[in-house]
Amino acid sequence: MYSFDVENPETVADAVAALGQDEAQALGGGQTLIPTLKQRLAAPSVLVSLSGIAEIKGVSADGGAVVIGGGTTHGTVANEAGAYGALAALAGNIGDPAVRNRGTIGGSLANNDPSACYPAAALGSGATISTNTRSIAADDYFQGMFETALDEGEIITSVSFPIPEAANYQKFEQPASRFALVGVFVAKYADGVRVAVTGASEEGVFRWSEAEAALSSNFSAEALNGLSVSADGMISDLHGSGAYRAHLIGVLTKRAVAAAS
Amino acid sequence: MPKDHGIGASPKRREDVRFLTGAGNYTDDINVQGQAYVHFLRSDVAHGKINNIDTAAAAAMPGVVRIFTGADFEGVGGIPCGWQVTDKHGEPMKEPAHPVLAQGKARHVGDPIAAVVADSLEEARNAAEAIELDIEELPAVVDMKAALEGGATKVHDDLDDNLCYDWQFGSPADETDAVFANAAHVTTLELINNRLVANPMEPRVAVGDYSRANDESKLYTTSQNPHVIRLLMGAFVLGIPEHKLTVIAPDVGGGFGTKIFHYAEEAFCTFAAKACNRPVKWTSTRSEAFMSDAHGRDHVSKIELALDADNNFIGLRTDTYANMGAYLSTFASSVPTWLHGTLMAGNYKTPNVTVNVKAVFTNTVPVDAYRGAGRPEATYQLERVIDKAAREVGVDPIALRRQNFITQFPYATPVAVEYDTGDYEATMAKMEELMDLPGFAARRAASEANGKLRGFGVNCFIEACGIAPSNLVGQLGARAGLYDAATVRVNATGSISVMVGAHSHGQGHETVFPQVVAEMLGIDESMVDIVHGDTSKIPFGMGTYGSRSLAVCGSAMVRATEKIINKAKKIAAHLLEASEGDIELKDGQFSIAGTDKSVAWGDVTLAAYVPHNYPLEDIEPGLEETAFYDPANFTYPAGAYACEVEVDPDTGKVTVEKFVSADDFGNVVNPMIVEGQVHGGIAQGIGQALLENCAYDENGQLLSASYMDYAMPRADDLPHMENYTVDHSCQTPCTHNPLGVKGCGEAGAIGSPPTIVNAVIDALQSGGHNVEHIDMPVSPSRVWEAMQG
Amino acid sequence: MTEVTMVVNGKSVTKSVKGNTLMSEFLREELRLTGTHVGCDTSQCGACVVHVNGEAVKSCTMFAAEANGSEVKTIEGMENPDGSLGVIQQAFQDHHGLQCGFCTPGMVMSAAALLKDNPKPTEAEIRDYLEGNICRCTGYHNIVKAIMAASGQDVTSIAAE
Repeated sequence: MYSFDVENPETVADAVAALGQDEAQALGGGQTLIPTLKQRLAAPSVLVSLSGIAEIKGVSADGGAVVIGGGTTHGTVANEAGAYGALAALAGNIGDPAVRNRGTIGGSLANNDPSACYPAAALGSGATISTNTRSIAADDYFQGMFETALDEGEIITSVSFPIPEAANYQKFEQPASRFALVGVFVAKYADGVRVAVTGASEEGVFRWSEAEAALSSNFSAEALNGLSVSADGMISDLHGSGAYRAHLIGVLTKRAVAAAS
Repeated sequence: MPKDHGIGASPKRREDVRFLTGAGNYTDDINVQGQAYVHFLRSDVAHGKINNIDTAAAAAMPGVVRIFTGADFEGVGGIPCGWQVTDKHGEPMKEPAHPVLAQGKARHVGDPIAAVVADSLEEARNAAEAIELDIEELPAVVDMKAALEGGATKVHDDLDDNLCYDWQFGSPADETDAVFANAAHVTTLELINNRLVANPMEPRVAVGDYSRANDESKLYTTSQNPHVIRLLMGAFVLGIPEHKLTVIAPDVGGGFGTKIFHYAEEAFCTFAAKACNRPVKWTSTRSEAFMSDAHGRDHVSKIELALDADNNFIGLRTDTYANMGAYLSTFASSVPTWLHGTLMAGNYKTPNVTVNVKAVFTNTVPVDAYRGAGRPEATYQLERVIDKAAREVGVDPIALRRQNFITQFPYATPVAVEYDTGDYEATMAKMEELMDLPGFAARRAASEANGKLRGFGVNCFIEACGIAPSNLVGQLGARAGLYDAATVRVNATGSISVMVGAHSHGQGHETVFPQVVAEMLGIDESMVDIVHGDTSKIPFGMGTYGSRSLAVCGSAMVRATEKIINKAKKIAAHLLEASEGDIELKDGQFSIAGTDKSVAWGDVTLAAYVPHNYPLEDIEPGLEETAFYDPANFTYPAGAYACEVEVDPDTGKVTVEKFVSADDFGNVVNPMIVEGQVHGGIAQGIGQALLENCAYDENGQLLSASYMDYAMPRADDLPHMENYTVDHSCQTPCTHNPLGVKGCGEAGAIGSPPTIVNAVIDALQSGGHNVEHIDMPVSPSRVWEAMQG
Repeated sequence: MTEVTMVVNGKSVTKSVKGNTLMSEFLREELRLTGTHVGCDTSQCGACVVHVNGEAVKSCTMFAAEANGSEVKTIEGMENPDGSLGVIQQAFQDHHGLQCGFCTPGMVMSAAALLKDNPKPTEAEIRDYLEGNICRCTGYHNIVKAIMAASGQDVTSIAAE
């Protein structure tokens, strides 16, 4: 690692101020950023740790939504987001237990790894991402691999997930990293079904609109018969071709629909 | 009633207490006062011409002690290869120079080009980034067959081409060809034995130290064989005589072969400690390990099996390309030849076996022995082709194997080795019993009802362990002896230190070796400790690899203990005023046969050191004996493995639902440890079969350069306990070592990969998919693609 | 440099640390608690697992400067007060749940965290929980067995194999 300082603000306001320094960078749970720093792929002068900010931690449920503080760990979401079971289950299967005790939802969404799980939940639920300055709809938030609508120095303070009638997340793990080789989040709302796919596309998380249309009129696995995703633009690597990933999207979407509760 | 001590018992491991309390002493736990840290600047191109290295700016950076480049190692020896293979024309293999730091060219991603020694690791890394390296990227040679084509880029400019050797072995090729010409059936299979990274959980570490006061060098290193490192580094690289060089391998966190070899980083730290007059420490990161630890396997093979009309195996032909990587690692050349070709007969009485191996240089990390070393490659080919043959001729795979088993011992194979003993029918029968074969149909039906395909796979294997004898292996090209040594030092109070040449890095020698000595003497195991891993304390030793520790070093220990007993009986005879021939040793008491007169072990040992009443005119005081043991032959563990897998036809994912190993290790000293070794070997074999894949792109960039892309087996990748049995109850003792032991360390890694792949193919066939072969790792995407036809 | 105070294995320590000092480095080099091991650089192997405020974390993926005010427990703090092996440690020895010992501290710390939340885990739950702990020696079989035994479950029928 290069040399840098770590600051531990206790409020969002102090964190925002600290992030105003030259080459300052926010440190969430660090589960992705710290390995990156070890490889010397980032050279911040100051890391502003968000883990001591109580006001952005915690899970609450009201008004038909589950609201999760940006600094809430995956482990806490898994334990406390029971009002949205599919979301809690997704959080409880990110990384491993020790990673879940440090990694945060805000950190995951800010990083927007193309294989991460949370982007699928946020996009698949039509979540609203709130920051210290504004609220962003998930449909506007994800802008491609590792790209988001966040501005420099902007901190995710909370994420609001509308609770669906039924939902499920199916993750097919890449055997080495255990990230999603393909992950599909399906959520059925009164006004329609949302299907979000992670791990597969070179553009990052995306909605599978044909499946959404079919499922909105008939929420059953059979409704997906005959639908397929093109392999064009799918990630192709050591662990699977684009065609394989495209195939898995179909398989996992059906499984998610069948398992949705 | 199982024994509670001695040979055949399973006492709790004494080493565990320190490992379970954080008190282990691994190399990275060692800090030498005043140490500096080294960071290696490694090539990020697979093949490049080094035009210039400007270190001036870097050398002026804070904390820098000194920067080294290849120029600093001119006049210093290169990293040697320990085995010279002679090719089929009688010519020696090509043996290119392997400098400690690259000279002129970098030949693989990770090849060290410069080394920065600084006060801190951070400063060393900072300075390494400031080195101005002018390197011109050259085309990389990655594919072995392409590497041998005319006009291919040469990895080593001073060689004619990229061929290290073309080796042929076994039955004369024309005789085997004639057998094939008259065969009723020939089965052919082309396959790849995937490149693997050993990945012991402890990354490599080296700490070099130097004392000006007496011109002595000391190296702490993560080695399986410190004496071998002392020999290779001292004699071939740095020119330090043994009495001025100590190599210490303290607690070592796993090896699996990759810590056998002498590495450039060890030589560098030893050299730099003297050059800088300061201790120098290197700790590998895992990412660095992927591009600097020797890799394993990487064979591309074609195998052909000829059968007569009665399905007897009558001929076997193999043609293998073995990847050496960019340089010859310590035992690289021996793995595809003497550890692979000699095992090609397997458990079968095939009369004609001809093996051809072409070893090839490529712009990749050097490849060397990894758990099993050559034997998994032989077993995989043979057992895959037999399975394919069984399907082609319509015979049950177990019956076809059984029909062709070797049943008479000793048995001389067409590939030069003589199996001393074995009972392949017994292990097969044990496997059948434990697998509950009659229940398979119901289990398959249950899987199918669940939308899954279920397959059964079987595999037999033989391995050769405790490679020896030295005079034979010397003729075959080994540049070292393959004996081992032990010194039994009995102290005045009767307690014992046994200095052994074997090194324990997970095998439990500290528990097992005392079981043997204590049983021979009839004393409590707590009175015996072993000392290992320090060349200044141990007379000599060749270390631990190839499942040799107990069969070779353990035999040396037995011989030394026998010498102790002989001398102790003389002392006892004197004390008892009896004839030496009448003295018996039992339960730690020396007695005169047929009488109740006896002296205790402690009385005899005390007399040896306080020789007041002692036959000084006949024997020396003291009680310490050394033995070197050079085995008469290899040992030949063998076994029958089987498993059932489920394949999810929607995703291609394979899960191992049931696994049985039935091994014949000869006599077993500690069943608990033997089972643990088999569990570990099987996990690595399942890893090879389903998960692990060290892959390069066509430019020689390593694609699987961390655990993000190299899939290590995890707890949930392995079968659950109720469906998993490792058995070693079939025991045909080795005929030529005193303990009758054969070795158990590698069996699991040898026996399991073909078992798994055979089962996957069976599952797919059962679902109507005409898939004959999938290369390992049989990953979900590969299975799915194979199912697409 | 940041001054941090934490309680490590029941003992309060105060040190100045650089921002980029990892918790694992702090434990190993500053406190010389070398039982915590580092086996990878991508936060996967789990040899470095320790407890911070009662939760298992990968100490190689956390900065010491973030641990101010924390209570930290490492493998060196797992023995019984009388110096004998703790229940989990003893089960690992009894069931041969370790070979080279390098992954072992992380395994024991993860096992302790599991059993705190789930006192009688099933085999599947144990295997799932160990996703972040890689062992290259044992094939996990005896680790799983040891954790089941440490939770008071009968593993004798399995041990009799």
